[in-house]
Amino acid sequence: MRNPLSEIVVDIKPSGIRKFFDIASEMKEAISLGVGEPDFDTPWHIRDEGIYSLERGRTFYTSNAGLMELRTEICNYLDRKINVKYDPKSEVIITVGGSEAIDIGLRAMINPGEEVLIPQPSYVSYEPCAILAGAKPVIIELKNENEFRLTPEELIAAITPKTKVLIMPFPNNPTGAIMTKDELEKIAKIVIEKDLFVISDEIYSELSYLGDHVSIASFPGMRERTIVINGFSKAYAMTGWRLGYACGPQLIIEQMTKIHQFAIMCAPTTSQYAAIEALKNGDEDVAMMRESYNQRRNYLMYIFKEMKLPCFEPFGAFYVFPCIKEFGLTSDEFAVRLLEEEKLAVVPGTAFGDCGEGFLRISYAYSLEKLKIAMERIERFITRLREEAK
Amino acid sequence: MRERILTFIEKNSRIDIKELAILMGEDEIAVAEALLQMEEEGIICGYHTLINWDKVMTEKITALIEVRVTPQRGHGFDSIAERIYKYPEVTATYLISGGYDLLVILEGKTLKEVSSFVSDKLSTLESVISTATHFVLKKYKDHGTILEKHSNDERMVVSP
Repeated sequence: MRNPLSEIVVDIKPSGIRKFFDIASEMKEAISLGVGEPDFDTPWHIRDEGIYSLERGRTFYTSNAGLMELRTEICNYLDRKINVKYDPKSEVIITVGGSEAIDIGLRAMINPGEEVLIPQPSYVSYEPCAILAGAKPVIIELKNENEFRLTPEELIAAITPKTKVLIMPFPNNPTGAIMTKDELEKIAKIVIEKDLFVISDEIYSELSYLGDHVSIASFPGMRERTIVINGFSKAYAMTGWRLGYACGPQLIIEQMTKIHQFAIMCAPTTSQYAAIEALKNGDEDVAMMRESYNQRRNYLMYIFKEMKLPCFEPFGAFYVFPCIKEFGLTSDEFAVRLLEEEKLAVVPGTAFGDCGEGFLRISYAYSLEKLKIAMERIERFITRLREEAK
Repeated sequence: MRERILTFIEKNSRIDIKELAILMGEDEIAVAEALLQMEEEGIICGYHTLINWDKVMTEKITALIEVRVTPQRGHGFDSIAERIYKYPEVTATYLISGGYDLLVILEGKTLKEVSSFVSDKLSTLESVISTATHFVLKKYKDHGTILEKHSNDERMVVSP
């Protein structure tokens, strides 16, 4: 028999998260700070709207781009939140989570061999999606001393004549880093100067703890060269509903819709109806959840300081990214020992790129009570490591 | 800061001031002062515990009593409300719009205790026109808290 597999797919490294998941799931009594999704249930009024849509028998396909009413609400929302106007008829597509939008966005824009700039540490999908789209992924290694923000110098150094797309993953998973208005402005200037395009993954935009989130699409000249990706998973605690969206110039959205039409057809109808309710009446829920995350973030920053675990203060998402270099263990070794010795699962920084070496991603999408137990375990563990080192 | 503190302690008044300050990202002394001031201003009226008495052997009965009254000249409903809420077994008294005037929430040890309160004390008040007593059979949710919780974390242990 011939080899049934695609070499391109086989060559893609499996996600480091997957590997760690397999180890962690074996440990029955372990507690975990390893998830990348909210601990809140979807607010009831949103779930109720999903149920209602099922009761009404709204169980058919929607148009490829998604329900018009939802697209209109999304445009109102983005106008209100990031100050960018999109036409619901031609500049929005509803996708199966933000993940699909990343995939079809890259596939719609890339010709074989063109380069995609991917700042890392970042979400695990960008690199494989770029490869599957035929691009050459070019990694920009973000640095702890810059608090894992993308600097203009780093961007310029990575640009070649083949560079076409820059991925902007802020607020960032796994570091929690955000980019301020001034910093984004400098990036935008370079993007325009070098005639690049941006895929801005703003899925954590509502979880920003230092004033309102700023989108790179909002700078003059950027709207026409940016695809803004967002969704309902993080803001409204709707991960399992699988609903996201992409907005951008018609030229690109049209081609993304073509791929979506053939590969997906349309995003889940029930989820789309629930999402309309989320956008119409969900502001208070988002504010409540944001406040809770912020309290936990404050607690973690305090407790890390107490145990002298170095960690820059992240102002976005629900992750902290402490540095564990002093212990002389790799991120993997540290995480595995923490799991084995203290029954606590966290994700090694290397799952999000090689430059995550020496760091851990700790999620605070957990109740304070659980975080406190987990922090006791970490403290006990690092105290032991420090004593061993003496 | 006040509203953030109130929103938090409404659900967890047991937290100590130091920890509250950490969570709020505020100075400990400032938080302590804010609490004290809100106590003095009568914004914070007490720090109570939410108990599901059904789980304790001690028997407790809760009744909601609708009361229709004749308002008094010069005092409106306030003086009759005061005569009612001063009974220690009355846990809450509200002036209500609609079909009746006062909603009185009562806690007693037995059915008999509650009914004798209604017939002996409440109904005999001069301005009380009529009462209707509803006994609580089961509390599902109280003070914004669902009493019977069955929430397991069903998320995968590690996810991207």
